Amino acid sequence: MLVQFSTWDIVRNLLDAGKWTLALSLIAFVLGGIVGLAILFARIADNRVLQAATKAYIEIFQGTPLLMQLFIVFFGLSLVGIDVSPWLAAAAGLTLFTSAYLAEIWRGCVEAVPKGQWEASATLALTYPQQMRHVILPQALRIAIAPTVGFSVQVVKGTAVTSIIGFAELTKTGSMLANATFEPFLVFGLVAAGYFALCYPLSLYAKSLERKFHVAR
Amino acid sequence: MAYRFDFAPVFEQTGLLLSGAGFTLALTAVGAVLGIGLGVTGAVCRAWKLRPFDRLFGVYVEAIRNTPFLVQLFFIFFGLPALGVRMSEWQAAVLAMVINLGAYSTEIIRAGIQATPRGQIEAAESLALTRPQIFRHVVLRPALAKVWPALTSQVIIVMLGSAVCSQIATEELTFAANFIQSRNFRAFETYFVTTALYFAMALLIRQLLVQLGQRYVVGRTR
Repeated sequence: MLVQFSTWDIVRNLLDAGKWTLALSLIAFVLGGIVGLAILFARIADNRVLQAATKAYIEIFQGTPLLMQLFIVFFGLSLVGIDVSPWLAAAAGLTLFTSAYLAEIWRGCVEAVPKGQWEASATLALTYPQQMRHVILPQALRIAIAPTVGFSVQVVKGTAVTSIIGFAELTKTGSMLANATFEPFLVFGLVAAGYFALCYPLSLYAKSLERKFHVAR
Repeated sequence: MAYRFDFAPVFEQTGLLLSGAGFTLALTAVGAVLGIGLGVTGAVCRAWKLRPFDRLFGVYVEAIRNTPFLVQLFFIFFGLPALGVRMSEWQAAVLAMVINLGAYSTEIIRAGIQATPRGQIEAAESLALTRPQIFRHVVLRPALAKVWPALTSQVIIVMLGSAVCSQIATEELTFAANFIQSRNFRAFETYFVTTALYFAMALLIRQLLVQLGQRYVVGRTR
């Protein structure tokens, strides 16, 4: 059956697919944040083995293509007998990717807290968890907000790569529509505009946060 | 039944993998040189507020930094022919990498240029340096030296991102991996080895750029 697509049909289909991009971004960002926090604590723990292991974890994810990470998760999970859908592989792969980057960003923020703060809280006889909870993390959090929001843009853009393992988000839907309508210029222009609409506000927000915290310091 | 790993069918194709890796490195080299060149141009226009180019580069930077590389690639390769601009797979890949790196390096280098105090340029003028001399020795080189680590990271990000160029059939490393796994059905092993290759290439490029930076950029400003 031959289907005719009006411009409105293209836009409607893309908006529909955009929901999946948004959903995947949110899931990867939230789960990646949780895993990233665990990685962060291991990374800054007073334990050589944990430090080395998490350092390697971060370097591997930052030193290999996201596409390869997705392929390995996709084919690796099916080897251990889990029936993977593109949706699961995309969410799992992006979560791991996000966790590595966020852990590294946050480590920088923890290290930006002046050493005197550690020493001062130690002289007050605070235990390590207490130092973290009441002295270090509140200050690190302040520094971390702007780069964390900035990184969320990378997560949204990263979801485009999941189209290659067959997850039908914005880019994949765009490719299918471009093939069906023979209007790749229009379709990919709209796809790009969709990502821009998601990412640009985040970029602006990150920039304004950056300015705000710079003034405060 | 437990899965038995077998890497032999992958290593039989070492030649194919290495030529793919070479192609990726070549794409990255061309992309890095042209992309950083574009970045220097953009950074100067932005930092010195050269109208109307500063605005144009501003729009360009935001447009590229807020859209995925894969979509930029598809737009160039599938979309532009509608306007009569046709190119081969590798040309589209290089163009996309140049445009992408150009946007990021515009912002990176601009930060470096703006970190140079105005007084240094005035001091250079009072020493009767010509404008090209001032640009080269007082503006550009210190700026590049300041942001060299950030530029290095960005080049590596672009190299890793070029994996998606396999989607328009550019015959780089991921394309070779896709081809090999479609033949030997050892997808996990093939992509595992390929990932290791990318990791080694990232380390290699970092070392190379650190050395180049020491020799030609950072070392000379001290």
